[in-house]
Amino acid sequence: MKKETGQEYTVALIAVGFGLLAGAVLMLVTGNNPLLGFFYLFSGGLMNIARIGNTLATATPLIFTGLSVAFAFKTGLFNIGAAGQMLIGGLCATALGLTLPWPKPLLLPVIVLAAALGGALWGLVPGWLKAKFNVHEVVCTIMMNWIAYWSVYYIVPAYFKGAYLETESRRIPEAASLKVDWLTRIFKGSYINLGFFIAIIAVMVIAYILERTTLGYELKAVGYNRDAAEYAGIQANRNIVLSMMIAGACAGLGGAAFYVGYASNMQIGVLPNQGFDGIAVALLGANSPWGVFMAAIFFGILHSGKGFMNAMTQVPPEIADSIIATIIYFAATSVLIERVRGQMQRRRQAQNKADLPLDSEAGLKENAGGAE
Amino acid sequence: MWWELIEQIFPYAIAYTIPLLITALGGLYSERSGVVNIGLEGLMVIGFFTSAMTISRLETTLPPGVAIGLGLVLATLAGAVFSLLHGFASITLNANQVISGTAINMIAGALTVYLARHITGSGNILIMNGLIRRNIPVLSEIPILGRLFFTQTYVTTWLVLAILLLSWFLLYRTPFGLRLRACGEHPQAADSAGINVYRMRYIAVMLSGACAGLGGAIILVTYAGEFNGTVAGLGFLALAALIFGQWKPLGILGATFFFGLASTIANVSQALPALAKVPGIFLKNFPYVVTLLVLVFFSKTTQAPRAAGEPYDKGKR
Repeated sequence: MKKETGQEYTVALIAVGFGLLAGAVLMLVTGNNPLLGFFYLFSGGLMNIARIGNTLATATPLIFTGLSVAFAFKTGLFNIGAAGQMLIGGLCATALGLTLPWPKPLLLPVIVLAAALGGALWGLVPGWLKAKFNVHEVVCTIMMNWIAYWSVYYIVPAYFKGAYLETESRRIPEAASLKVDWLTRIFKGSYINLGFFIAIIAVMVIAYILERTTLGYELKAVGYNRDAAEYAGIQANRNIVLSMMIAGACAGLGGAAFYVGYASNMQIGVLPNQGFDGIAVALLGANSPWGVFMAAIFFGILHSGKGFMNAMTQVPPEIADSIIATIIYFAATSVLIERVRGQMQRRRQAQNKADLPLDSEAGLKENAGGAE
Repeated sequence: MWWELIEQIFPYAIAYTIPLLITALGGLYSERSGVVNIGLEGLMVIGFFTSAMTISRLETTLPPGVAIGLGLVLATLAGAVFSLLHGFASITLNANQVISGTAINMIAGALTVYLARHITGSGNILIMNGLIRRNIPVLSEIPILGRLFFTQTYVTTWLVLAILLLSWFLLYRTPFGLRLRACGEHPQAADSAGINVYRMRYIAVMLSGACAGLGGAIILVTYAGEFNGTVAGLGFLALAALIFGQWKPLGILGATFFFGLASTIANVSQALPALAKVPGIFLKNFPYVVTLLVLVFFSKTTQAPRAAGEPYDKGKR
């Protein structure tokens, strides 16, 4: 097992390398200096404590959506609906934050829980349809994305309309925000908020579920081979529904981290990109919780640095998205990388095997070769 | 009054249906050959971008009709070429087709906006001339049908309907179609009958890219008039229409027209006294909820190509 994860990280690093290379080529093609571009891209994300705080804040929703996609993957499900689950989670959080006049210590846990439940509900539907009717979860989660999109589009202006704009909700009160004074002060006024710590807890909980509980074992068993799992007495259907609910809950938490943490109101008419970037995060993190964590931080750097880079050079900010997209493609085609590695390994093994019994002979040949 | 309303809505519904229809047809080729293509959305964006680039460059020097025609052709080619990325990953490398398709979507979205922003500064590309709606002589004089189908039509509508007919013929009445479908049902059997499964799948994926690219270009020259980096989920909707239409050309026509009509009604509902009372949230969500219900309804008797989504493994023969 250990060796395998090592191999997955190699694949991830190679994919990142290809992604950065593609980014460099794009910058060259559009007449920019790639070295300068990358310098500003990374310093934009890491230059000082405030920017590091922003990077972590940008990474927070990605950790959640990455966990969501990765967790569903473990059960063999492709959760393309993290965006919708995030929206609904954010909607629940925003709605409660705007209506409950409670003090912050009481309000925040309720908001976070509501966001998780909202996301779980949005994951429950595709999970149930998959388990009960074998409806493909990809198409189903896409439909759920659009239902979430249009629901938010109409619910926010109807009940939580902002003071100036029709297209956004009111600002949430300070008591409902995941931003806290001491954290903002430490990071010199950046966007970082409690969501980041909730994300770390979520990573640990998901890692614990997957590695240390019967539930995690069953979920993975269903993912490896549904029929075999069922034959072993595992209720595959129940696990599929549960898996999608937990995945949805993760994405819902991401909604809270984004809409009442990073931002302070809800825009309508946007499917959050973090939902789709979560797929990239999960792939790059090899579907392991801590891998997801690191991949999300890396993408956080790219996303939070792109604005600075755009200000300092002529490179359009979409370079970050292009790099991420290329990384996914190469992570998807990791088969190629693995195949080349496998071939090399096999050749080496074959050589070793050939060497062992025929040691003296090989030596003789070598000598002969030398003599010639 | 109702009749007038229908007559007014119809041209819009058809205009919205056509890009969906051609993209779903592309999906049909790909899935019938055994390759799931979630990248349709991104391939549409590629066509959308290519046509906008071509037309905005050429329309100042060439007559608008020629510029638009070239835009459509180049968008089709660009879609076909770009789909090779998906083909290489999912056919040659046996990669997960859903992940590869997702990567296509992300690459297309990011790359085109990156280039557009580099070129125009804003990321949007405006074209001055779109297609003009025309009445078909003689046919538009037919009572009832003439008003619905032959007035105020775009030439692309007829082009796409012709492609639909051709596709039906190609898939169900030629050896090529039989072979292509065989690759999606039982590639091992197809292979042992001497069909090159890899080649057939490459052809099918490129056809799907070409169709989706054309779909994106049609959005530009009919109702969008400006490239803005996204086709707003139409590619995914086309995928749903493909399943809704049960992987059959005529079924797809019906499914996409349903989406076109439902979306148009939702868009104009505020102007219609009869529908103004229905909350928009219901009208907008209606097509998606119906799709889910249809998927449930068809789940027991699905006509999905049996090998769709499975990489072809020669060793399993």
